[in-house]
Amino acid sequence: MGSAENTTRPDLIVERIDKPGVALLKARLPLWQRMLRHDGSRRALLIIAMAVCWEIYGRSIDNDLVLPTLSAVLNALFKSVAEGVMPARVWNSMAMLLEGYAIGVALAIFITTLAITTKLGDDLLTTLTAMLNPLPAIALLPLALLWFGLGNASMLFVVAHSILWPLALNIHAGYQGVSETLRMAGRNPGLKPIPYVARVLFPAALPSVISGLKVSWAFGWRTLIAAELVFGASSSGGGIGWFISAKRNDLEIPDVFAGLLVIVLIGLAMEGLVFRELERRTVRRWGMLRDR
Amino acid sequence: MVQQSPAGANIHTRHHRTGALRGQDTLLGVDGVTLQYPSGSDLVTATWRVSFNVHHMDRYILLGPSGCGKSSLLKAVAGFIQPAEGVIRLREAVVQKPGPDRMMVFQEFDQLFPWRTVLENVMFPMTARKSWSFRDRRDRALSSIDKVGLAQFADSYPHQLSGGMKQRAAIARAMAMEPDVLLMDEPFAALDALTRRRLQDELLKLWDDLRFTMLFVTHAIDEATRIGSRILVLSPHPGQVRAELACPDHWGATERRALEQQITEMLLETPEASDGQR
Repeated sequence: MGSAENTTRPDLIVERIDKPGVALLKARLPLWQRMLRHDGSRRALLIIAMAVCWEIYGRSIDNDLVLPTLSAVLNALFKSVAEGVMPARVWNSMAMLLEGYAIGVALAIFITTLAITTKLGDDLLTTLTAMLNPLPAIALLPLALLWFGLGNASMLFVVAHSILWPLALNIHAGYQGVSETLRMAGRNPGLKPIPYVARVLFPAALPSVISGLKVSWAFGWRTLIAAELVFGASSSGGGIGWFISAKRNDLEIPDVFAGLLVIVLIGLAMEGLVFRELERRTVRRWGMLRDR
Repeated sequence: MVQQSPAGANIHTRHHRTGALRGQDTLLGVDGVTLQYPSGSDLVTATWRVSFNVHHMDRYILLGPSGCGKSSLLKAVAGFIQPAEGVIRLREAVVQKPGPDRMMVFQEFDQLFPWRTVLENVMFPMTARKSWSFRDRRDRALSSIDKVGLAQFADSYPHQLSGGMKQRAAIARAMAMEPDVLLMDEPFAALDALTRRRLQDELLKLWDDLRFTMLFVTHAIDEATRIGSRILVLSPHPGQVRAELACPDHWGATERRALEQQITEMLLETPEASDGQR
């Protein structure tokens, strides 16, 4: 029955197709939906919610030595900022961290380039990362103090050590994950090894490189703060870790929390401003990293 | 369309005319090439003593079923793998490593660098052309992009393009280098039938304009007879030459279909046993 019906149906041929025109004009979402679609405002909402929980819980236990309220912590923070203590401490830590970071990143790029261009370099990197990556940087501090003395050099050594290995592992994994097609397309015009790494492998591995930069940034921070807690102030004056340790000795717990809060805020700023911007301008723009 | 950037177009034709003046001498010679690659602890033989010659302005097709080593042969010509036996010569020079005189177009859509726009991608291999100025490179790249019909998309990133457009861009990148041989590794295999057909026609039109030499790998018999002027039929496991057939331009549909039939029978009569060895 169906087939009989089909045979009697006439063909349909549309001679002219009209464009939809105005019907497809873009409509705007309502304000609250636009806000919810904006990453920054959604995350800010989350942070505010957590802050409110903290304040309520802090007030309910009412014991500054265990958990000071958020308002007490903020108060301590503003005071130390106003006195100029906190900015100086932050600056000391940041300068040290950036210096160690630069050394670690440079070494990681050097050693991974060696590893991807030569077989021996590959063996070296694999062995060294397997040996040294699990070694807590802070455990090297006593040794570093013997080698480099009680100055900044010891701190730089442990910070650079904590940054180098996780970053090298990430960059190397990124290089190894570059597709064979892309490698051949890059080698096709006959590039020499160094330009090949710089112009093809490195940008192709950038998603891994950036995630390595993030991870090693956190590792560097932790090591630095821990080293400052253990080792105290160096010749140029202490950093945030030193601030926290000193305030703990004085039982000024809101200041201890203020120090921790500053570390958290710097972490948020790094992620939100530096790394996010770096990703937006590179891997997201190139479609190598999707939004979700 | 071709005339928009006359500088680039002229150089193309001039380049290939000098080739034509030499007559039908061999441009690329593959002589007794055996290709092997390690697979686990074994050594797999991809091709066994394959020989063929590609002449100027040939549209030379390597045709065969999967496992006949046609892609490996193309990669050997490109210089990505070394023959275990035999030599490959381009203009009398032995091929030992990749070079800008043999530009390759791959099957995969990810052959364009995602961090470069179409224009930047096309300009990428030109660093190997030291004598070209930046202006020159840019002009040649734009003219090449224009020839494949992507002029509007020169500043787009690859992830913003469709599969067919990516392959067009890859062809533009390879052609802009004016290589001695254009190597194509099943460039249209991952496209839908309609786009594939369109790109095949465009490639033939480009060849009509520029008369380049190309070595084209495919497993599709109809594609071979559409595009090729000369077809090398390979048998699988390991790849060996089964036949080398001409497919002249003046042939009509009937002759081409007869050739397709001939090749199909040739490939089907390969004993099943050799296929079941692995």
